[in-house]
Amino acid sequence: MNESINQVQTKYLNLNKTIVLESSKTLSNIKIAYETYGKLNENGDNAILICHALTGDAHAAGYHSKDDKKPGWWDTMIGPNKAFDTNKFFVICSNVLGGCKGTTGPASINPDTNKPYGHDFPVITIEDMVKVQKELIDYLNVKKLTVAGGSMGGMQAIEWTIKHPEYVKSAIIIAAAARVSAQGIAFNAVGRNAILQDPNFNNGNYYEGNHPEKGLAIARMVGHITYLSEQAMHNKFGRDFKQDKPNFDFGVDFEVESYLDYQGRIFVDRFDANSYLYITKALDYYDPIEKYGGLENAFNKTNAKFLIMTFDSDWLFSTESAKEIVNALIKKEKKVSFIELSSPCGHDAFLIEWEKQARIIKSFLKEE
Amino acid sequence: MSRTLNYKQVTRLVEEGSKVLDLGMGDGYLFKKLQTEKKITGIGIELNPDEVIKSVERGLNVIQGNIDEGLKQFADKSFDYAILNFTLQSTQKPDYVIDEMLRVSKKAIVAFPNFAYWRVRFYLFFKGKMPKSRALPYEWYNTPNIHLNTIEDFFEFCKSRNIRIVDSIYLAKKRARKGISKPLANFFSEEAIFVLTK
Repeated sequence: MNESINQVQTKYLNLNKTIVLESSKTLSNIKIAYETYGKLNENGDNAILICHALTGDAHAAGYHSKDDKKPGWWDTMIGPNKAFDTNKFFVICSNVLGGCKGTTGPASINPDTNKPYGHDFPVITIEDMVKVQKELIDYLNVKKLTVAGGSMGGMQAIEWTIKHPEYVKSAIIIAAAARVSAQGIAFNAVGRNAILQDPNFNNGNYYEGNHPEKGLAIARMVGHITYLSEQAMHNKFGRDFKQDKPNFDFGVDFEVESYLDYQGRIFVDRFDANSYLYITKALDYYDPIEKYGGLENAFNKTNAKFLIMTFDSDWLFSTESAKEIVNALIKKEKKVSFIELSSPCGHDAFLIEWEKQARIIKSFLKEE
Repeated sequence: MSRTLNYKQVTRLVEEGSKVLDLGMGDGYLFKKLQTEKKITGIGIELNPDEVIKSVERGLNVIQGNIDEGLKQFADKSFDYAILNFTLQSTQKPDYVIDEMLRVSKKAIVAFPNFAYWRVRFYLFFKGKMPKSRALPYEWYNTPNIHLNTIEDFFEFCKSRNIRIVDSIYLAKKRARKGISKPLANFFSEEAIFVLTK
């Protein structure tokens, strides 16, 4: 059960076509970073597309080298005999458009100027991310697939069922909603402002100098507050001081401060501030309810079987908001199952509490 | 009391190819049986997440939820049957739940343990304690059965609300009886299954 996939490699696909974005701007020379695990069958219908969350990447499972300390971000779920069983399924994960983990994004070189795009990169949406994923799916000869994802990944899964109903046989949507709440947008706005106000930001053209690391770190700190429940924060840190007593200064005093500080600092080494701006904006913009005049209309054509899971302590993507999806699917008489799992971990639970999720997903996929 | 007889009788009541809403579907055993034997479609609701997982494992559509909060997500008469099998007695608002069932379905099937069963009466009469039986295995302090009732009570309830009882089956031991008088049924039945319309 705990066996991991052997060594894997991130592969790249260069698209030779121009993609028209939601904003009606265009983007050419898109490169897609992706990984695959398992084998596609002859009919091309045993594929599972894993959609990653805000700061994820294509490396979802296995190790890149023997010295790798950490496996891919969802290794608990993807592998031989795991929830997404690579003995049975052809599992695909790609970095999203606008990201900074190999797929074209604001840090990529703009072929027109031979410099990083910076803010010449067009604003992208969840729909655009899916558009690019569809190109990859076609390239891999996949005819039918399951789409699965948590948080922003869940939104991509929703978009797949709306946009490509003929391709999606089932969708697994975890800790997600059809749209971010006003509160969610507010927290993202604080994060973006921290980046935009960083003295190094330079209108997004910072690639030749110092990066807006302070701003990005603050954005990440805000993000982490939204990923935890009050209970989880209390359990993890309480009101403990780092050195048992107050320092009477404005340094990192409390354990919870230290945690956020650490999360901010390590994040800037692995993520691009512009990508953070673009992707959070895509997250905030996504709203199929508004776009289609209600979710029921949006789901009109889908025949997919849905599995929707939430966590009771997740306030960023609450059970209530996920139920909007469930109820729309019920109204349209679609196949849907819904489970609210209990966990103190907040939104983070979708990456932490994998055992129950694995059991549920495994049985959901068994019936295919 | 083994559930086998109950499942068999409920299955018998459901017409082939119907659309069914199973309230308090438990581990999904009955729904799966209906799917296999009566080619039904539909969905179930269950409160306990561990039971929900079992239904997912059976490949059923199941929504985790509390039926006491109503069935607002379902349109009027959108099911052929709404089934409430051995769940009535543990709902907070049995009257509201039955109203909602009759709103969303053409027919409601309600099965419950009969508290006027002679063994239950004798238990209370002779032992002077809250009755326990195969159908009612809990202690008074930990029972989920907060709204126990009798067949007589149920008839009265339906009459007062203009609910029509179109079919009734009475179960005791390993036998299912039909068409017996109300007092006899009330005394000799461990369990009753009613089909209701409004």
